[in-house]
Amino acid sequence: MVRMNDVTKVYDSSGTVALDGVDLTINEGEFVFLVGPSGSGKTTIMKLITGEIRATSGSINVNDFDMIKIKRRKLPKVRRTLGVIFQDYRLIENMTVYDNVAFAMRVVGASSREIKKRVPYVLELVGLDGREKRFPNELSGGEQQRVAIARALVNSPRMIVADEPTGNLDPVRSLELMLLFEKINEMGTTILVVTHEKELVNAFSKRVITIDGGHVTGDETGGYFTHETE
Amino acid sequence: MRLSRGGYLIREGFRSIGTHRFMSFASVTIIMACLIIMGSVSLLSVNIDMLIKDLENQNEIAAFVDDSIVDPEAAEALESSLLAVDNVSSVEFVSRAEAYDNFVNRYDEAIMEGIDETWLRHRFIIHLTDIALMAQTKAELENVPGIAKVVARLEYAEAFVTIRNVVSVISLVLIVMLVFVSFFIMSNTIKLATFGRREEIAIMKMVGANNGFIRLPFVVEGLVLGSLGGGLAFIAEWGIYELLTGRLVGTLTGSFIKVVPFRSMALVVLAFYMGTGILVGAFGGVNAIKNYLKV
Repeated sequence: MVRMNDVTKVYDSSGTVALDGVDLTINEGEFVFLVGPSGSGKTTIMKLITGEIRATSGSINVNDFDMIKIKRRKLPKVRRTLGVIFQDYRLIENMTVYDNVAFAMRVVGASSREIKKRVPYVLELVGLDGREKRFPNELSGGEQQRVAIARALVNSPRMIVADEPTGNLDPVRSLELMLLFEKINEMGTTILVVTHEKELVNAFSKRVITIDGGHVTGDETGGYFTHETE
Repeated sequence: MRLSRGGYLIREGFRSIGTHRFMSFASVTIIMACLIIMGSVSLLSVNIDMLIKDLENQNEIAAFVDDSIVDPEAAEALESSLLAVDNVSSVEFVSRAEAYDNFVNRYDEAIMEGIDETWLRHRFIIHLTDIALMAQTKAELENVPGIAKVVARLEYAEAFVTIRNVVSVISLVLIVMLVFVSFFIMSNTIKLATFGRREEIAIMKMVGANNGFIRLPFVVEGLVLGSLGGGLAFIAEWGIYELLTGRLVGTLTGSFIKVVPFRSMALVVLAFYMGTGILVGAFGGVNAIKNYLKV
């Protein structure tokens, strides 16, 4: 669950106002697209949710953590309730598929037995069974993104936040990935997909939050993404 | 922290050394090179210091016994009073008969014609602990009852003290400079080694790893590489030292030059090398990733 009230973010270094009085709520179990043109503030919202940056003013609650008052050393606890997926996959190159996924479990102190049981299950769920011993550079872009999804899923997070997850994929792979997200959402996990791919968003009848110039300019459930992006 | 988790992190540290072979090799080599340079200057300094001390020891004081004490045994009894004087390290009694024989042996007997031992005094040859205090010790020796005169080469002592002080200051400045330069080079090498892994650290942070979880493999890696660098530097230093001192002693046989045997310093050198290697490796690694943890 994410709740943002009157959130403003001004970058100290450049003085750029990235967000200006944003109000936003994403409830437990929702599937939400966050759309908008480049520089609209999408990535800033995502970074505020993951705790990479702090808001200048306003209040932010992520999975019951107050992201304004939270101490830096407590951030790992928030991140363990989230599964984060990036456009560039961000896999550890010298680890196998299995280890990349198992690593996320080791971070939270899971036992070897739990890891051995859970990782194959998640890899099967994302369609990567049989690829356990491969290294990231031996996989296609779509497969690498699936590893990233498996890693995000493995600790059963309350919410998955995906930043332009289909940015490096062809349309077929992009659609497959969205279907996978839909499947994960049906299992109860909240999904937030940050994207500017209009056709992909319009292929699904989901809630679409539009952001432009640091303001929320649209919020329609089952609505269509009509903004011109780039 | 669970034991299995600790074991995993330690294994990760070792695995990482193999994975980042080139940077591991570079770190060990730089640590080793810096330690050898630092160590060699320190060992040279130790040897120069010993050489100067050796020369200082040859600078002795002669204390002449009063003419009124003729009996050698009575004169020799003054030894305990002389030993009681501060800064006196050793006292050797030379009777006037022995002194006469020494003169005869050293110079032509013809010069000594018409002179017998009664012309000479009983004396003591005195060595000092610290020749910098020679003037003060000389004055105290002159006050010992039964001592008529004390002869000391104060100007030589001052020269030695000056040389020793200058050498000490130069060595110290050189070593301190080398320590700073070495730490700078070593920590930069480690920073370079970890720079390539900032993305890996960012991923760890994003999946919820706490700083301790990220640091431990770096600490293990730093400890292993640092002790490896220190150990190899020690072996190399030993070899270089034996080779150079062997050649030096071989070339200057019979000269006054003596060198401190490496074995007598081996433990200190090993402790210094391993200590510095481990310190630089472990703290350098943790320090290098500090900025990447602020995500």
